[in-house]
Amino acid sequence: MAKSELATLAQEIRVNIVNCISSLGVGHIGGCLSIADVLAVLYGKHMNVDPKNPKMEGRDRLVCSKGHAGPAVYSVLAEMGYFDKSELATLNQSGTNLPSHCDMNKTLGVDMTAGSLGQGLSCAVGIAIGSKLAKDNATIYCIVGDGESQEGQIWEAAMYAGSHGIDNLIAFTDYNKLQLDGYVKDINDLASLSAKWRAFNWEVFDVIDGNDVEQIDQAITQAKAVIGKPKMVILNTIKGKGVSFVEAAKVGSHSMSVNAEQRAQALAEIRGEI
Amino acid sequence: MIQDVLMRDVFVDFLREQMQKNDKVMVLDADLAKCAGTIALEKEFPDRALNVGIAEANMAGIAAGLSSYGYIPFITSFAPFATRRIADQIMISICYAKQNVKIIGTDPGIAAELNGGTHMPFEDIGMLRSIPNIVIYEPTDAVELKKALPQIIEHKGPVYVRMHRKNPAVVHSEDCEFNLFKADVLREGKDVTIVASGIMVETALKAAEELKAENIDVEVVCSPTIKPIDAETIIKSAKKTGAVVTCENHNVMGGLRSAVCEVLAENAPTPVRSVGVKEKFGEVGKVPYLRKAFNLEVVDVVKAVKEVITLK
Ligand SMILES: Cc1ncc(C[n+]2csc(CCOP(=O)(O)OP(=O)(O)O)c2C)c(N)n1
Ligand SMILES: [Mg+2]
Repeated sequence: MAKSELATLAQEIRVNIVNCISSLGVGHIGGCLSIADVLAVLYGKHMNVDPKNPKMEGRDRLVCSKGHAGPAVYSVLAEMGYFDKSELATLNQSGTNLPSHCDMNKTLGVDMTAGSLGQGLSCAVGIAIGSKLAKDNATIYCIVGDGESQEGQIWEAAMYAGSHGIDNLIAFTDYNKLQLDGYVKDINDLASLSAKWRAFNWEVFDVIDGNDVEQIDQAITQAKAVIGKPKMVILNTIKGKGVSFVEAAKVGSHSMSVNAEQRAQALAEIRGEI
Repeated sequence: MIQDVLMRDVFVDFLREQMQKNDKVMVLDADLAKCAGTIALEKEFPDRALNVGIAEANMAGIAAGLSSYGYIPFITSFAPFATRRIADQIMISICYAKQNVKIIGTDPGIAAELNGGTHMPFEDIGMLRSIPNIVIYEPTDAVELKKALPQIIEHKGPVYVRMHRKNPAVVHSEDCEFNLFKADVLREGKDVTIVASGIMVETALKAAEELKAENIDVEVVCSPTIKPIDAETIIKSAKKTGAVVTCENHNVMGGLRSAVCEVLAENAPTPVRSVGVKEKFGEVGKVPYLRKAFNLEVVDVVKAVKEVITLK
């Protein structure tokens, strides 16, 4: 996909996120919108996956360790054709295949369950080791929250992957500077995040605008070329990106209600109509 | 009206009052202070209300260290992260080390609603119950919680409070006497005993009312403290009625049913049937759907009562 197509895909993912969450009326909209662009670049360009054959052997895999961004993942999966877009409206409804947190046993295209923060990166390390043993050349991607990075297990996974040079692993930090109770820097600062990952023997890419598809694409392309080390792409993102009232809510955007009127405004903004 | 009081507000008001008069009382959060309501205390007591971020194991360890220094830390998170996410820290740093840490886990069982399977603990009581000396308490309503909290802070040692944030139906009268270590006979009867905890107490009372119409006289025992269980009250009631049904918003394995069966098997063997979650993980949904999905409705209690009576 060309740059303009990736931007369009990111837009459609945002539309789906808003529709999905507003159909229920409430959800983790901030942390979903902040990763729309990386999802677009991954699925639109880099990931070797086949929506018609979701269990394809040797496929690339994504672990969304910040599992509460399930609606964002479902939004890209629907866009790619893993399931019908109309299913997005079933988010969190009784008996749904689309629960608030990613569930590999419920949703086609989801390869790892998450929701208890801090666990996904270890799972991604395991998948990456599995792929190496199988010699199937898959690349394993993992998205970690910045608040989530306060969990010790993230650094256990980091140390092991770095120490063993697991180089088919590309992780992202959604560095939107916000967590549930406030600003990450006020609660438990991740200061010198790049230096921390470097110290764990990861190759680090700082993406200045983590909501810019071109910058993300460049970083992933470079990351893929690095041999002998796991890769961390730090995405400086905006929580709620693309919808003004969600961005403005700052910490309030973590879990937020979206009514019909707000939904109309959000969709118009995303599509660039206002 | 106490009906409208959120349990979380009862808890936060109590903590505020304690923190004002006792500078040893502390509260620790792990990025769910907004949900627990304790975020207000971070402004009022910046030195003694700490938000450690999304790092529950660290929170538990810090609390144990503070306790060893004479502080009384309350730690809060959603129930799954306040228990199974930090099981070994609770076991070793808190319980084995005999530290005075109070663990507040919110949104137990189906109360986790739209957060779904990862956040819906049906195993928390079971996991903690085999740890020596920990007290496990699931408040029934705001009235009871208000009376329990002073006893919890007085009690020297770890206590797990499996707390609803919202306001489950109030089943206690405001002037009731409450002892943390005693079960409460809420309704006397002679045909069958229901031992219930948490949101299932109200369900049991409704079932008892329905069964009355069919001439079945049900005794309802509210047992909010699951460890140590009030064996005396349960044995006495079981001996009187000769049949027992347990009701809990938890897996039937390891929770209230297990505690009751252990007591009865060794002291007063009695037929038992149970209402609770049976070998299932949680899922997303609202409470009415989840009650149906996990068989936690009045009809399930009625059915269990009728079944157990045939075994007398
Ligand atoms: C172990 C664990 N603790 C707490 C939570 C509750 N929780 C869900 S999202 C969240 C904040 C996440 O912040 P961050 O990782 O920065 O995510 P984002 O800003 O991208 O939404 C918290 C505390 C959880 N899901 N798991
Ligand atoms: Mg964040």
